[in-house]
Amino acid sequence: MAVTTEGAKVPDDRVPERIHAVPVPRPGRWVAAVVLLVLAAMAVNGLVTNEKFRWDVVWLYLRDVQIVRGVGWTLLLTFSSMAIAIVLAVTLAIMRRSDNPVMRSASWFYIWFFRGTPIYTQLVFWGLIGVLYPRLSVGVPFGPEFFVFTTSDVITAMWAAILGLALNEAAYLAEIVRAGLGSVDPGQAEAAKALGMADAAILRRIVLPQAMRVIVPPTGNETISMLKTTSLVLAVPFTLDLTFASGAIANRTFLPIPLLLVAAIWYLLITSILMVGQHYVERYYGRGFGETSRPARPGPRGPRGRDGRPSRQAAIAASGTTKDADPFLEVTP
Amino acid sequence: MTDVPMVEITGLHKAFGDVHVLRGVDLEVTRGSVCVVLGPSGSGKSTLLRCVNELEEITAGRIHVDGELMGYREVTSRGRTRLHRLHPKVVARQRSGIGMVFQRFNLFPHMTALRNVMEAPVQVRRRSKATARARAVELLERVGLTDRADHYPSQLSGGQQQRVAIARALAMDPELMLFDEPTSALDPELVGEVLAVMRDLAASGMTMIVVTHEIGFAREVADTVVFMDEGRIVEQGSPEQVLGNPSQERTREFLAHVL
Repeated sequence: MAVTTEGAKVPDDRVPERIHAVPVPRPGRWVAAVVLLVLAAMAVNGLVTNEKFRWDVVWLYLRDVQIVRGVGWTLLLTFSSMAIAIVLAVTLAIMRRSDNPVMRSASWFYIWFFRGTPIYTQLVFWGLIGVLYPRLSVGVPFGPEFFVFTTSDVITAMWAAILGLALNEAAYLAEIVRAGLGSVDPGQAEAAKALGMADAAILRRIVLPQAMRVIVPPTGNETISMLKTTSLVLAVPFTLDLTFASGAIANRTFLPIPLLLVAAIWYLLITSILMVGQHYVERYYGRGFGETSRPARPGPRGPRGRDGRPSRQAAIAASGTTKDADPFLEVTP
Repeated sequence: MTDVPMVEITGLHKAFGDVHVLRGVDLEVTRGSVCVVLGPSGSGKSTLLRCVNELEEITAGRIHVDGELMGYREVTSRGRTRLHRLHPKVVARQRSGIGMVFQRFNLFPHMTALRNVMEAPVQVRRRSKATARARAVELLERVGLTDRADHYPSQLSGGQQQRVAIARALAMDPELMLFDEPTSALDPELVGEVLAVMRDLAASGMTMIVVTHEIGFAREVADTVVFMDEGRIVEQGSPEQVLGNPSQERTREFLAHVL
């Protein structure tokens, strides 16, 4: 009797005769790994020992005031154009889903035009806007004007660069947002509707937050891409960004290769930081979508089962022995 | 006022393009009663339910809920009556008084159970977060899920998810609850807990229209059982009548298959 009550009190989690099998030999993996490591060592050696790279110059200019300012301008261009692009893209994506055919067509036309023409050409035109339209005014269309501006006063080189990048990017992002909105189960909007929620609230509270799961990864991709696209702003011409600044020094010092390396190292560094940020944004919008989208740690913060131990789902996912399940499977079986 | 039926459907037709799903449905559901709708798949049961809270635009007929014409306004001028579609805001207001529970739960996966229940009162009724939270806690207790309030839907079993969905609908203080096959997506062992909550709800006097295949539930809880086939109501009456002694051959045939 004593044994049975004790057994009932402490659930016996020990596995009898747990299997400790000898793994299948995989010599191919070892060979492949060694080959790759040797190649990597050769590459590093080739980089470090090659005199022509002038690492001393690289290290000197990496911290140069002009370069660091260039980094600042590049970051400013990247973030402000992405911010404008995201707002515009969401608007375009919503217009694309509108019942109003004029809205739909306008959105379609915008995307068609800005995706279909080279960004370099667009930037040149934004740079020339002051020549093409010397004055801007606010007033009644085809009627009287209330305020008149000189275009070049309003749209400086910086704004031409930001607008040029943003308007182009918005076209690409709009397609990403559209795909994201389309990925949300229509049952979600229906359930919200049935609760009496208004269309705007449904979009803002229910559909967009779920679409973000699909929207964020490619948007991170686009942000990283934008970081480097900013090097094209010399088309405006805007001449303070990282690429132009390093190029200017290279021309002055006749050391093109070390200065290309300086720029590349900075781009790589910023990209790395952006990737870390993206990871956290993805994790935020992945909340509630099962343990599959979040690295499941059946630790103190993981979801817990009835008895306070990590939940079964979390434990199964953490073991990594199952394929990535469909994230919707758990929610809407 | 009490004479006015909670739901009054007259001459309802619904066509999706060429597919004529509902072909003239007349139905009355009195206040405080439970109406169970049975029928083979494709008979238009779900569509009927979805028409009641305007998730589907009806093709012909009238639906009154609590004496109010749903989705339209009748305007008579110069002796001619025309229907004017209601503004989406008014439609949303009409819907907000009708709770709906879906076969696939449709809980908001990015919100915890508690947030799911709080969402509509805060967004639609403009309740304060604190008020909505207190009410949500109360409702989760009513469906027996107090200890699951902070779980995301993906961390709940199907039966628990459906009970949260019922709590979410109840948070809007509906006068009418629509259940669209609420147990069809559940493992057999989880059906009971959802039916228990629905039974409680019926006992509390809620007016309910339930589309289901649970004959036992119909027999026990329903005041009226409606049998539908091919977009029409074939037979309706008390559970004893329709389930025990059906007058139509089609009903007998169907019951023989499901019982």
